Amino acid sequence: MNKWEDNRAWLLVVPVFVIVAFSAIIPLMTVVNYSVQDIFGPGNRVFVGTEWFGEVLHDSRLHDALIRQLIFSGLVLLIEIPLGIAIALAMPARGWGVPVSLVLLALPLLIPWNVIGTIWIIFTRPDIGLMGVTINTLGLDFDHTASPFDAWVTVMLMEVWHWTPLVVLLAYAGLRAIPDAFFQAARIDGASAWSIFRYIQLPKMRGVLIIALLLRFMDSFLIYAEPFVLTGGGPGNATTFLSIYLVKLAVGQFDLGPAAAFSLIYFLIILLLCFVFYQALQNVGTGDKR
Amino acid sequence: MARIHLDRIAHSYVSKPRGESDYALRSIDHVWDDGGAYALLGPSGCGKTTLLNIISGLVQPSQGRVMFDERDVTNLPTQQRNIAQVFQFPVIYDTMTVFDNLAFPLRNRRIDEAQVIKRVEEVAATLELTADLKKRAQGLSADAKQKISLGRGLVRSDVAAILFDEPLTVIDPHLKWELRRKLKEIHERFALTLVYVTHDQNEALTIADRVAVMHEGQIVQFGTPQELFETPRHTFVGYFIGTPGMNFLPCTLDGGHAVVEGVQVPLAADAARPQNGAGGSLQIGIRPQFLKLSRAATASSVPVAISTVEDLGNFKIVTARLGANTIKIKLPEDEELPGEQGHLSFPPEWTRLYADGVLVE
Repeated sequence: MNKWEDNRAWLLVVPVFVIVAFSAIIPLMTVVNYSVQDIFGPGNRVFVGTEWFGEVLHDSRLHDALIRQLIFSGLVLLIEIPLGIAIALAMPARGWGVPVSLVLLALPLLIPWNVIGTIWIIFTRPDIGLMGVTINTLGLDFDHTASPFDAWVTVMLMEVWHWTPLVVLLAYAGLRAIPDAFFQAARIDGASAWSIFRYIQLPKMRGVLIIALLLRFMDSFLIYAEPFVLTGGGPGNATTFLSIYLVKLAVGQFDLGPAAAFSLIYFLIILLLCFVFYQALQNVGTGDKR
Repeated sequence: MARIHLDRIAHSYVSKPRGESDYALRSIDHVWDDGGAYALLGPSGCGKTTLLNIISGLVQPSQGRVMFDERDVTNLPTQQRNIAQVFQFPVIYDTMTVFDNLAFPLRNRRIDEAQVIKRVEEVAATLELTADLKKRAQGLSADAKQKISLGRGLVRSDVAAILFDEPLTVIDPHLKWELRRKLKEIHERFALTLVYVTHDQNEALTIADRVAVMHEGQIVQFGTPQELFETPRHTFVGYFIGTPGMNFLPCTLDGGHAVVEGVQVPLAADAARPQNGAGGSLQIGIRPQFLKLSRAATASSVPVAISTVEDLGNFKIVTARLGANTIKIKLPEDEELPGEQGHLSFPPEWTRLYADGVLVE
């Protein structure tokens, strides 16, 4: 085979460039554009450099929202990943139980996100909601509109109910992909149920669990619609997560400059954390030291 | 160590079997003696693996009993049977080192750690895995992984038998020979009962002292490689073992002779005594090696038309036609061919008679 050069080949990659430009680069550059200007109205703008970034980075309300967000995402991962694995392990491997449990699990994933918020508002209302009334009847004082703790419990419950099924589905797919010979060999070797989990099932699920973890981290870090509908970020600022604060800033106060700077920082945080997670998880369980 | 007795075992994967065809195994009654090397040979889907899994307890037979010595183990779970089994695809525990992989069956049985180290090192030395003991099992080659699977079977000193389910399928050809030799060596050294499932006749005949040939859920013959070759008890054995397989020609009987296409073929005196003129469809069978092809007719020869000759280096395969039948003849490389027409003689001592597929004795 002879090699030759023909610059017309570049035309073949043009469509990809166009798509990436319109889907990612142009919108992102618009945000960058806003983040370095102070906009008073159409045609009336001033270049301010990194002023907005400085302001946003020193905004204590943003710091609070970031800490809340990290605690929230941390709890989400700590609860949903083990719970998802446990449910996947308990699911039937064959028979009529498989489609039934899969459909039941998929239901929360099919409901529009703001509808989920609405469902949980009604469900947890202390006067008419099934859960709210039940808990209050048991003698516990429960009201997510008044108590920050109750608000957190409610948002966490909603989040776990909504998204654990995704982890279950991924873990279940990983489990079913393990060849039978592994379980047969484990029986021959006299392995206990715990050993089978520890040395066969968990290592074989590694790939899907990394994906589950990344997806759940990103989604929970970006969470907006459900807590916005359920608590509106309250009571006070108790459940004001990053994106809720961002929207307050951009839409509520129309501070486009700081909001744009905030968006970019938000984006970079997620990018950085995902990169760190991915790198860390790549090496978990392989024993390779880098 | 134990003698394994399969007492009228039958198995069906269908919960309510209706006919014979629903059975993966049909009434197998068989004994594997203590310390022997056995092969279970048959084509895919003949029930070999099912039979193996019944011995190890991974599958519960629908009918019959499994006895280890005098103990009925039919209802015992795999863990309590003292059986080691190696599977077609290497099973290793990815996250463990080679050492931990080999130690796993012992540690699960709460064996003293000093004993574990001793056994693992011994087995690793036999399998030439000593250098890899500290490595993670994940990154090793397929044959090293299969050696680990094998090692996990050998490491237990209490096993009654070690079962192999086509363990060399994924191994490169040049390593196959090596591992086969290793297996043989291990069998001699540890004096284990060894049952080796394969569909490869060469593998079966080299590893095992005695081979059980399976066909459609039954053991059709159990014998030494020589017996299987010289005296197949079933037309399937004749056809399945040997390359090319045995020739079978439909025939009728006339006194001490078989009559094929109107020509008399003499049979050995003791072979051709179909008491009361045995019923069913009769065939004579003969190995391609034992046929004699000559230019001139002899007293008991049969005229044949030679259609093709394949030269395979150190021997040649001649395909000849006798009426509607095709006959394969295996001749030494240097033997001269008679041309398009030849005369074939059937040495009576190698010519067998079959009634409905079963050897007439």
